[in-house]
Amino acid sequence: MAAPTGIKSPTRARIAARTLRTDRWWLYPTFTALVLVAFVAYATYRAFSGQHYFAEPYLTPFYSPCVTTECVDGSRHLGTWVGDWWPFSPAVLILVIPLSLRLTCYYYRKAYYRSFWMSPPACSVAEPHRRYTGETRFPLILQNVHRYALYIALAYNVLLTYDAVMAFKSPEGEWGHMGLGTLILVVNAALLGLYSLSCHSCRHIIGGRLRNFSKHPVRYRLWGGVSVLNGRHAQLAWASLVWVAFTDFYIWMVASGTWSDPRFF
Amino acid sequence: MGYDLKMKVWRGDATGGDLVDYTVPVEEGEVVLDALHRIQATQSGDLAVRWNCKAGKCGSCSTEINGKPRLACMTRLSTFEEGETVTVTPLRTFPVVRDLVTDVSYNYKVAETVPAFAPEPRPADGQYRMQQVDVERGQEFRKCIECFLCQNVCHVIRDHEENKQSFSGPRFFLRYAELEMHPLDTNDRRALAREQAGIGMCNITKCCTEVCPEGIHITDNAIIPMKERVVDRSFDPVTWLGRKIFRRDQLEEAQVPQTGAE
Amino acid sequence: MAEIERHSFDVLVVGAGGAGLRAAIAAHDAGAKVGIVCKSLLGKAHTVMAEGGIAAAMANVWAEDNWQVHFRDTMRGGKMLNHWRMAQLHAQEAPDRVRELEEWGALFDRTPDGLISQRDFGGHRYARLAHVGDRTGLELIRTLQQRAVALGIEVFMECTITKLVKSDGRIAGAFGYWRESGRFVAFEAPSVVLATGGIGKSYKVTSNSWEYTGDGHALALEAGASLVNMEFVQFHPTGMVWPPSVKGILVTESVRGDGGVLRNSEGRRFMFDYIPEFFKAETADSEEEADRWYEDKTNNRRPPELLPRDEVARAINSEVKAGRGSPHGGVFLDIASRRTPEYIRRRLPSMYHQFKELADVDITAEPMEVGPTCHYVMGGVAVDPDTGESVVPGLYAAGEVAGGMHGANRLGGNSLSDLLVFGRRTGLNAAYAVVRRRAERPTISDEEIRAASEHALAPFSIEGGENPYTVQHDLQEVMHNLVGIIRTAEEMEQALTDLAALRERITRLSVEGHRQYNPGWHLALDLHNMLRVSECIARAALERTESRGGHTRDDYPATDDSWGKLNLHCRLDGEAVGITREPLPQMPDDLRELFN
Repeated sequence: MAAPTGIKSPTRARIAARTLRTDRWWLYPTFTALVLVAFVAYATYRAFSGQHYFAEPYLTPFYSPCVTTECVDGSRHLGTWVGDWWPFSPAVLILVIPLSLRLTCYYYRKAYYRSFWMSPPACSVAEPHRRYTGETRFPLILQNVHRYALYIALAYNVLLTYDAVMAFKSPEGEWGHMGLGTLILVVNAALLGLYSLSCHSCRHIIGGRLRNFSKHPVRYRLWGGVSVLNGRHAQLAWASLVWVAFTDFYIWMVASGTWSDPRFF
Repeated sequence: MGYDLKMKVWRGDATGGDLVDYTVPVEEGEVVLDALHRIQATQSGDLAVRWNCKAGKCGSCSTEINGKPRLACMTRLSTFEEGETVTVTPLRTFPVVRDLVTDVSYNYKVAETVPAFAPEPRPADGQYRMQQVDVERGQEFRKCIECFLCQNVCHVIRDHEENKQSFSGPRFFLRYAELEMHPLDTNDRRALAREQAGIGMCNITKCCTEVCPEGIHITDNAIIPMKERVVDRSFDPVTWLGRKIFRRDQLEEAQVPQTGAE
Repeated sequence: MAEIERHSFDVLVVGAGGAGLRAAIAAHDAGAKVGIVCKSLLGKAHTVMAEGGIAAAMANVWAEDNWQVHFRDTMRGGKMLNHWRMAQLHAQEAPDRVRELEEWGALFDRTPDGLISQRDFGGHRYARLAHVGDRTGLELIRTLQQRAVALGIEVFMECTITKLVKSDGRIAGAFGYWRESGRFVAFEAPSVVLATGGIGKSYKVTSNSWEYTGDGHALALEAGASLVNMEFVQFHPTGMVWPPSVKGILVTESVRGDGGVLRNSEGRRFMFDYIPEFFKAETADSEEEADRWYEDKTNNRRPPELLPRDEVARAINSEVKAGRGSPHGGVFLDIASRRTPEYIRRRLPSMYHQFKELADVDITAEPMEVGPTCHYVMGGVAVDPDTGESVVPGLYAAGEVAGGMHGANRLGGNSLSDLLVFGRRTGLNAAYAVVRRRAERPTISDEEIRAASEHALAPFSIEGGENPYTVQHDLQEVMHNLVGIIRTAEEMEQALTDLAALRERITRLSVEGHRQYNPGWHLALDLHNMLRVSECIARAALERTESRGGHTRDDYPATDDSWGKLNLHCRLDGEAVGITREPLPQMPDDLRELFN
């Protein structure tokens, strides 16, 4: 066995306990892990199921845009240019986009490094690993591409907004109507949009990278706005995650006929 | 009002030590450092604890209280239940000297490696001009009192002694960020932040921000912006290509500053 | 005695606060090999506690400001007892010293034009304090620290000097111990700069940190230098009074500079009742005028809350004695009802933080309770104004440990500028002196080292003696009760008797444990210095039979013009502290005219 490192290093105060914290420090990582596992399980099931994703005029965000020939009528807003070679459900193709954003997101990195990798599980609680190189090597060095995930996700948010706008049609295709699903889709598009805009990379690109704010007053004001959102990035991350799953679930239920969508007008 | 506080205080040195029980009378409004001082004055005159201002401004009395990195002078006893035992240990990331005092020289060695501020020359009237909005970001970082609690809590070095060779720690990412955002600085420290300070080792788990007694947003306002600047320079394929095409990389290499000490 | 660790420098700087660091940088720039010795870690010195700002007539906010006005304010604030030449150099050089900090990375608050912003402070005619929120001292020390590190200056941290060594009447170096290991160390240096700060830890209620045990004062005294103006101890009018554990912690004068007012338990702005004749012409006599002054300084006079510190501290003391104090024995300092919460949080972030964390008081919503706290000693080593050298060749002093600059009372903001101006001057001159005498390198004899070691180790050899913490506590009681803000002959005679008893007790101190990082032992050694300095203060205060600035005699309440021409010097004669009266240096006519 190699020489002990970390808090057991020979020069440090000899204290046996891994942590002397007396509060419930394990609550955050445990809760985080549970929610993330539940979401991934749900999303995987839904993505591979390949059904009940469209209920005129609602298209679930898990399948938007739906671009393979397998897509049902009415859900093919962007055409089916991918063709028929794609072996899986069309959702798998598209979920890569939000997945890559969330996987490389500065907030989620904290969340899953703590809860899954336990590096560290909580502050001043010793981690179980012998070696640690952080994000300096493959594959974690790829976290640095976060801004490209953001660019794609921003484009993707445009499509989700388009879906929310389309939801103002009636099931018969007439404009100017609205149901509960419309509201859910609007909130979904808004939350995902805010989550993307509140991203740390976005904050950097908008204005954070400048040395002199005073020479770029417009970007400074935008940076100020993004900074306010950025302060709520973690909350937006959770809210948008839970809401997108709920949106999908709602449309699933409507599409499968389990319940019907209340129409407002 | 006053009551008898039960404490466990780690006493010992590099060869070994233990948590020692004390019962100390304490008064309303007191902080952990008051209790430690009372132990010194009435029970163990040689209890080693480092402190200076006792007002949360100098950052000397960093310890771990009930396992959490804290300033002993800013931890009020009213945050504990009356019957609760308060455990105080030295910082567990640095070599222990004696009792609650640790050898924090690692931090001073790292400080020597950060390239100094290199301003542009003064304008003709001898007065530098900077706008308040431009200095405010740096001012937040300069609130740092160098208590080194962020360094202590950072698992990169807390849990991996060997990383002290290649990692500067949150306090010095603040310093890099401050200089990178300084309106008058002429250096480009992005390569150093990556190669020398090891900013890639940070996995932004934010414990530094959690323990900062000055409430500096270390992760959001300094480390992540520095990581993004490193991306600008080293990981962004678009700018990378631009640099290759326009042959700007040689130019930039030439500007990478030397380290501070002469 | 085993061989001990030795180092050799051209210039040895004792103390790493603002003055010490600035001196070291200057000496380094002048080509000297410099070492800094400090009792704490680098960057923890008491300078970090300074909040308000650095006074310098830069005229960034008020074009009318210039060094003559600053000089006049300083002299008047010091009740004309300042060394005129120091006050002059200070006023003339401070602006450059501030701009230089900017070149080293300091980030001061800005004016709309992008220049260094300046704020109002007590006793200053114009808004003059360059500042960074209310943590200017931290900015100053960090800037100098980073500069010193960039220059590669050697720093000996957590190392305490216990003795200055001389040979042939000149300074030869210093002897001390590493706090961490308890081992001894000798520094040979032909120039030693003392920059050890003040003496506040001899008082019970103080804003000073533990380091302020008067080390430099005592070391200089024992090396043969004289201390001037020791009777003048500044009590800052606004320290925290509650809870007891934080009693004395400073509440910055900026609270008043930014609009805060003092009220008694009846809600009255009592400072209007305490405007002395000397300042009547320039102080507002109605609340309306005082409030208008913040916006229009040309047509209105200053609020009385911004009188010099000695006046305000005495006024608070009188109000509390008259039974009009706050529940915990202070008065109310109210900014909450006068400024918006956003303004308060932006201008006074550390005050907001300090009260919130330590006293559960939200200063944006309720008034603070404040009372006087021992803050600064105007007295210190008598030095040549231009070079900072004491009467002992090779021994220099700068900053709080040096005397003369502030006379009988220091204006807020003049301390940080003092550190910079005289830190630089002493550093340069200490280096030049070495260059002039290149051929002579002093050495410290083994004999000296043996004597110093034995003295330092004495507390370990006594068993069952006095507890140093108890002795310190008793000393603080004596100084607080008998040589505090208001003094009488009778009380000070009592104090001298008590101090003599304490002096006897410190020969019987005993400490437990071993030499490694032993605070009990460190205190035992510091007590020696605290007692020396306390005796100087008490003797000088007894001698000066008038009231002036930081020295208020209940039995001699008036200011006496004949005393206005005299300085008191303390010297050590064997083991006894002797006081001599010496004429105050007289300023030339062109400067005198500024006061007409």
